[in-house]
Amino acid sequence: MVFNFMKARPASPGHNLSDLAVGESGILEDFDMPQSIAEHLMNLGFVPGLEVLVARSGPGGNPRVYRVDGTEVALRRDLSRCIAVRPLGDAEAEMR
Amino acid sequence: MSVPVSIQGPVAANRADHASPVYKTVAVVGPPNAGKTTLFNRLTGLRQRVGNFPGVTVEHHIGSYRLASGEEVSLIDLPGVYSLNPKSEDEKVTIDVLNGVMPGADRPDAIILVLDSNNLNRHLVLAGRVIALGLPTLVLLNMADELHKQGGQVDVLPLARQLGTPVALVSAATGEGLHAVANFLVATPQTPEPLELPIFGDPRHCREWAVRMGSHAAYRRGATPEWTRRLDSIFLHKLWGGVIFAVVIVGVFQTIFSLGQPASDLLQRFLDNVAVRLTGVLPAGIISSLIVNGVWKGAGSVLVFLPQILLLFLVIGILEDSGYLARAAVISDKVMAKVGLNGKSFIPLLSAYGCAVPAIMATRTIENKRDRIATILIAPFMTCSARLPVYTMVIAAFIPNRPVLGPVVGTRAVAMLSLYVLGFAMAVATARALKSSVLRSRDVAFIMELPPYRWPMWKSLGLRLMDRGNAFLFRAGTVILGVSILLWALTYLPMHNGQPPPIADSAIAHIGHFIEPAIRPLGFNWKIGVGLLSSFAAREVIIATMGTLHGVDPESHAMALQQALRGDLSPAGAIALLVFFAFAMQCMSTMAVVRRETNSWKWPVLQFLYMTAVAYVAAFVAYRLTLLYWN
Repeated sequence: MVFNFMKARPASPGHNLSDLAVGESGILEDFDMPQSIAEHLMNLGFVPGLEVLVARSGPGGNPRVYRVDGTEVALRRDLSRCIAVRPLGDAEAEMR
Repeated sequence: MSVPVSIQGPVAANRADHASPVYKTVAVVGPPNAGKTTLFNRLTGLRQRVGNFPGVTVEHHIGSYRLASGEEVSLIDLPGVYSLNPKSEDEKVTIDVLNGVMPGADRPDAIILVLDSNNLNRHLVLAGRVIALGLPTLVLLNMADELHKQGGQVDVLPLARQLGTPVALVSAATGEGLHAVANFLVATPQTPEPLELPIFGDPRHCREWAVRMGSHAAYRRGATPEWTRRLDSIFLHKLWGGVIFAVVIVGVFQTIFSLGQPASDLLQRFLDNVAVRLTGVLPAGIISSLIVNGVWKGAGSVLVFLPQILLLFLVIGILEDSGYLARAAVISDKVMAKVGLNGKSFIPLLSAYGCAVPAIMATRTIENKRDRIATILIAPFMTCSARLPVYTMVIAAFIPNRPVLGPVVGTRAVAMLSLYVLGFAMAVATARALKSSVLRSRDVAFIMELPPYRWPMWKSLGLRLMDRGNAFLFRAGTVILGVSILLWALTYLPMHNGQPPPIADSAIAHIGHFIEPAIRPLGFNWKIGVGLLSSFAAREVIIATMGTLHGVDPESHAMALQQALRGDLSPAGAIALLVFFAFAMQCMSTMAVVRRETNSWKWPVLQFLYMTAVAYVAAFVAYRLTLLYWN
């Protein structure tokens, strides 16, 4: 299967990882991408149900660095757009 | 059910002093960045070599670990894997070796699994998969020093009980706790059942299982080192990140040019001196000529690359082990994305401006095979240092120096710069063409793990340098030596009355005449043809060849050679020659290294044909255009 991230959009109208600003966090929900990439992300700690934080943005604003499960991983915008998240409110993030 | 004992403590340590190993071959497995290679280096030191399984490009190391009894156990260091999923080549190799179905490899009797104790929630998932294979396994929770420093903790005994394997908390960097390895290797195998293994296939369940295992062991992860975050806020800063990146890149180049080039020159002078001595000592004749001009000069043409290769790998090794290379990839990713590659290709392509040979070896940091091949294929278009002497000679001979931009920038500087731009532009065009056709990446994305910053360890760096140096000298070197002996033979034959022929009658001159019709459209005569043929050994060899053909010494009579060149080439032919050199793959060292790194002749042959074709067409166009517009 040939996959083009640029054309892909998450099927659900909900939030995705690229919607979050630096310093915001969310709960990982779903991946809209080929299985092999999703598996690689999960190996790196992007497991649905875990909290992910947008740690910083690179010099050009792309890729951005995400903190998940104690590690930091850089992803391009086109990929982070395919990761559905439930944004955490500030209070909720504080609690966790 | 027997309860496995965590093998630590003085009693167990004494046992290892005398006992014989119960395992002969042990595989070392672990995720990337868990310190697997550091552990392997500590256990085997210099008693290791590189291995290639037939048909795969993935490399592994084989080493021997000596027990206190003097007996040795063979250790196989397999590629770093996150899981055992046969879709990735690295992971398929690991699975095949562990299952004993990899041709050319013995099935291991046991496994040493190295995990990062700071990342157990992720890494224990791999433990579940590896233990499920059923081989006796020792689980090492590595980087204990960092775990403790950051306030984390883990109890190995309950974890060992849960997993059904011995577990030890170690630090491969400091050597702490490593007697567990010796104890494991001499222990009578116990075959307890793990209490519970994860349900494979569902990552969420695997992960829940890993967290449960961790909680049995009272696992608490250490805090991320604060200084890693502080450094990242500088190194990945919107403004300073780019500035520091530029400084680092310039520094890398400065190091290679200011230290590597003089070292290469010094080595070259030494080799030439030895060649002169050898000629004096050996009785004149075919044997002397073979030894001096064939073998010694051939070996020399390999050796002179070594200082630059070692320096480049030292610098890249420091960047890689410190963690900066991952950040550099993030910073350069945006630019590289424009040509269809990603940030991981940046450093190799940059090093290709020095020399394509170490650059191609440096592509090992690119995990995606297609991106790696694309990077290997375009790297020789970058203007390497071997093109410089050729450019300098031809430009000096044909292009009059007139000021273009003030007194500093003249026509010659512009010509030189255009050749750099030309090579770069062709690299970009080729990358785009490759990435949108045969090497289009499917199902891959730029995903870069950013490890914490660490101090590089000299021992690891040293072993890696030796490894790369050996790989270049012995694997690539044999091919290069063979071709130089062939070239020597072509200049030495056919013999007349036991004497070598004048160069105009030699076999290589006949070949030169033979190819002349093919190169005449480019404005080259047979002498330039012979120079081109010899330059396929290495680009700068054309200078020595033209010198020999004209009977002048290129070192001391540079002016004479430049004048002689004007007899061989019209100005249009000279432009064509420069363009040809900008594009052609005239470097057998590069071809030998591409062959070695891709583990097949397919890519170097395709690359050679493609680059030569591009060079030929471009030189033809340049020749005709110059004839039209420059009189």
